[in-house]
Amino acid sequence: MSTTGIESWAVDLKDVGAIYPFQGSEGLLVVIGVVTWIAWHIWQSRWEKEKYEEQVQKYGDATNVSSALDSD
Amino acid sequence: MENNLAALTTVFTEFYYWLTIPLMFLIHVGFCMYEVGASRRRNHMHTLMKNSMIIPLVTVTFFYFGWWLYWAFPNGPFITGGLETAAAAANTPWSPTMGPNLGDRITGVFWGAFLLFSWTVASIVSGSVIERINSGAFWILAVVIGSVAWIIDASWGWHSAGWMVKLWGYHDAYASGVIHAIAGGFALGVLVVLGPRLGKFAADGTPRDIHPHNPWMVCLGLFVIYTGFWGFYVACNVPAISPEGIGGLIKGETWTATTIYLTPTTLGAITVNFLMSLSGGMLMAYMVSKGNAFWTYSGGLAGIITASAGNDLYHPIQAMIIGGVGAWIAYKMHFWVERRFKVDDAVGAVAVHGYAGFAGLVISGFVLWGHPSSVYEGYAAINPLGQFAGAVVMFGVLGFLPGWIVAKILASAGMLRIPKEVELLGLDFASNQEQKIASDEVRESLKTLV
Repeated sequence: MSTTGIESWAVDLKDVGAIYPFQGSEGLLVVIGVVTWIAWHIWQSRWEKEKYEEQVQKYGDATNVSSALDSD
Repeated sequence: MENNLAALTTVFTEFYYWLTIPLMFLIHVGFCMYEVGASRRRNHMHTLMKNSMIIPLVTVTFFYFGWWLYWAFPNGPFITGGLETAAAAANTPWSPTMGPNLGDRITGVFWGAFLLFSWTVASIVSGSVIERINSGAFWILAVVIGSVAWIIDASWGWHSAGWMVKLWGYHDAYASGVIHAIAGGFALGVLVVLGPRLGKFAADGTPRDIHPHNPWMVCLGLFVIYTGFWGFYVACNVPAISPEGIGGLIKGETWTATTIYLTPTTLGAITVNFLMSLSGGMLMAYMVSKGNAFWTYSGGLAGIITASAGNDLYHPIQAMIIGGVGAWIAYKMHFWVERRFKVDDAVGAVAVHGYAGFAGLVISGFVLWGHPSSVYEGYAAINPLGQFAGAVVMFGVLGFLPGWIVAKILASAGMLRIPKEVELLGLDFASNQEQKIASDEVRESLKTLV
């Protein structure tokens, strides 16, 4: 029993196609991949928004902003 | 060369390996940029020289004995047979095949590709020990891992006749273990003896951040390492070989690219999987480090390293997921070990290479379970236990142990660590002072001309 379907290399390579493990699960893998990608964007957008809100709250007063401009 | 096809194949193979060497040179350039960027200003030049001198020292020792070890030790020796002296004879430094030789066009370029792997393995250790190790001690350690320990592990687990491949079904196509886990384990062994940089931990043991003086250069260095990694991957393959040339179980006449075990794969497989595992690692590391640039780049590297054991076979999305898992493990383990054991790994090398490489081997044992590890008869198939045992050998037996033992010897001889005063002043202090005096002298002499 092999996850790739190849149990031995005693074969003619012209008869061999895909050699990756768990063949038949490609559709599921694509679903997992796409869901992960979208979830990453959702997480990233929320996190970035929170980060800037926190920064504005912490450093966004007029004194800090003009001091940052002076040091640039 | 007996006919046109043989000539074309030989010259193509020769050029193929040759091309990997300048690409892999970039790995060393990247490591130097990343290490110097991570060091503080007062240690720059010393840090650069510490890494750069790996090049001559590992090169000559690899020529003298490292290359011979690879060909002589696949049986252990005395595990599946004796020393392979006949096979190794063509790879001794006095063999006519090691010089320009019209009868052997491959040994030289193959040696060169392996040598660049040797630099990489030593360079991985170099970053973790910056700003407090004696250069002389480091260079001894570099030879131990670059020309002895790693090449023995390659002979055991990265050779078509290696005993770990035969008995355990060990599979590590792009070196999760044979380069990365061993380098991480070795670095950890040295770090345990060397101790942290002064000021790294507060009195209560809380770790402090010692920031890189140039984060931009650190990240660019990692970017250059990614580029060089292409050469590394390509060098792990045999580009084109016939079933007759392999001499194993494969039937028919269809030529193929193979891994270093001579098992069939394609360059397309490693191209897609390299990029997908890099992406999985970067996406995960960005998340887990909350957008930290250094860890996002390092996570990309950890992603590739984790998937490397099976990147000849994985589906691209499997490679991406595995890369993501590896980046998460590397990040979490780095900070856990730092807090728990007070280990100061200045660049996270133990995590990115060691823990990710170890994890990659274990994961591949499950995902590739039952796939033949070899094209020859009588070899064990890939399996979780064999891969786990292999990871222990790479990280622990040939990595951590030699690093710890040699570091202990060097420490007991008073050679391992620089004096405290030099560490506080900075390793470049004396040369900076000389430079300042010289500059002052020139300035004063110029003033007399006014």
